[in-house]
Amino acid sequence: MIVGDRKDFKEILEKLGSRRRVLVLGCNECVTVCGVGGEREVGILSAELRLYWKKEGETFEVREHTLERQCDYEYIDQIRGFVNDYDVILSMACGAGVQYVAEAYKTKLVLPAVNTTFLGVTIEQGVWSERCQGCGSCILDMTAGVCPIARCAKSLLNGPCGGSSGGKCEIDNETDCAWQLIVDRLKESDQMERYEEILPVKDWRTGREGGPRKRVREDLKL
Amino acid sequence: MSYPSNVKVVKLPCTGRVDVLLILRAFESGVDGVYVAGCMEGECHFLRGNLRARRRVEYMKGLLEEVGLGGDRVEMFNMSASQGQRFAQCAREMTERIRSLGPSPVRKSSSNT
Repeated sequence: MIVGDRKDFKEILEKLGSRRRVLVLGCNECVTVCGVGGEREVGILSAELRLYWKKEGETFEVREHTLERQCDYEYIDQIRGFVNDYDVILSMACGAGVQYVAEAYKTKLVLPAVNTTFLGVTIEQGVWSERCQGCGSCILDMTAGVCPIARCAKSLLNGPCGGSSGGKCEIDNETDCAWQLIVDRLKESDQMERYEEILPVKDWRTGREGGPRKRVREDLKL
Repeated sequence: MSYPSNVKVVKLPCTGRVDVLLILRAFESGVDGVYVAGCMEGECHFLRGNLRARRRVEYMKGLLEEVGLGGDRVEMFNMSASQGQRFAQCAREMTERIRSLGPSPVRKSSSNT
């Protein structure tokens, strides 16, 4: 899923400036699962705004609304009937959702309330960890199902480096060395011969380095 | 057992049911403070409900600081079902704390949505 962090309340207030009619817009997908931008978090942020502005004696209107997704137009379109009642849309979706809402309502100010951080997994309730960088050319078959692009601090294709110690990365002792994980798993799955294969230089054009990506499936088009 | 009449008790099956949103709603409705009275740590019938509630109360303190109401307006207390005197003592302690902090600044205005 896409993982993010709620922006600091102070930063959100600063971005809102003098605008007091606010539509707080949540998303029922990834940001709900990682506890940053779903219906509950929309409720919390909205309550914070109301408490703050009540305390300041200001006049305001905060509306809470959560869409099934903010990355599909058919859901974004559902707010068309009341979106103009508000000065600003405070989107709690990932960066993709914020942008798509802004694209749909060109005259509206759309502000992000979330810092989108990574593609990851749930380690346990309340803990998430990065697993994928969307590089566009997956090599997990070569690395025993552990991604060195996302999980090695240097994204080394042939590791580990000298900074690996006791199974941990030199950046901090909480971070596993991805290449240690790869070697361990190659051993466990009786594939150590793969470790002898030198992975070639990666073609990064399939990733972000090749510019914004677009995917077209003619067979799925209507 | 007597405790200050200003304390309104909201019954929950376990403090593990306490959610940040519940406490926020209480403050939005104009209360001056909220405290959570949970079972003794290590004695939760549902194992960790009171420990979870404590973490949520700590998180809530941060939220109240952010919005300018002050984190001291929310607190977690632990007591067993047989400690009526402690229940009353905590009610008095929290009441005194809130009295010293004064009324919630949110109560001044309630005309918005």
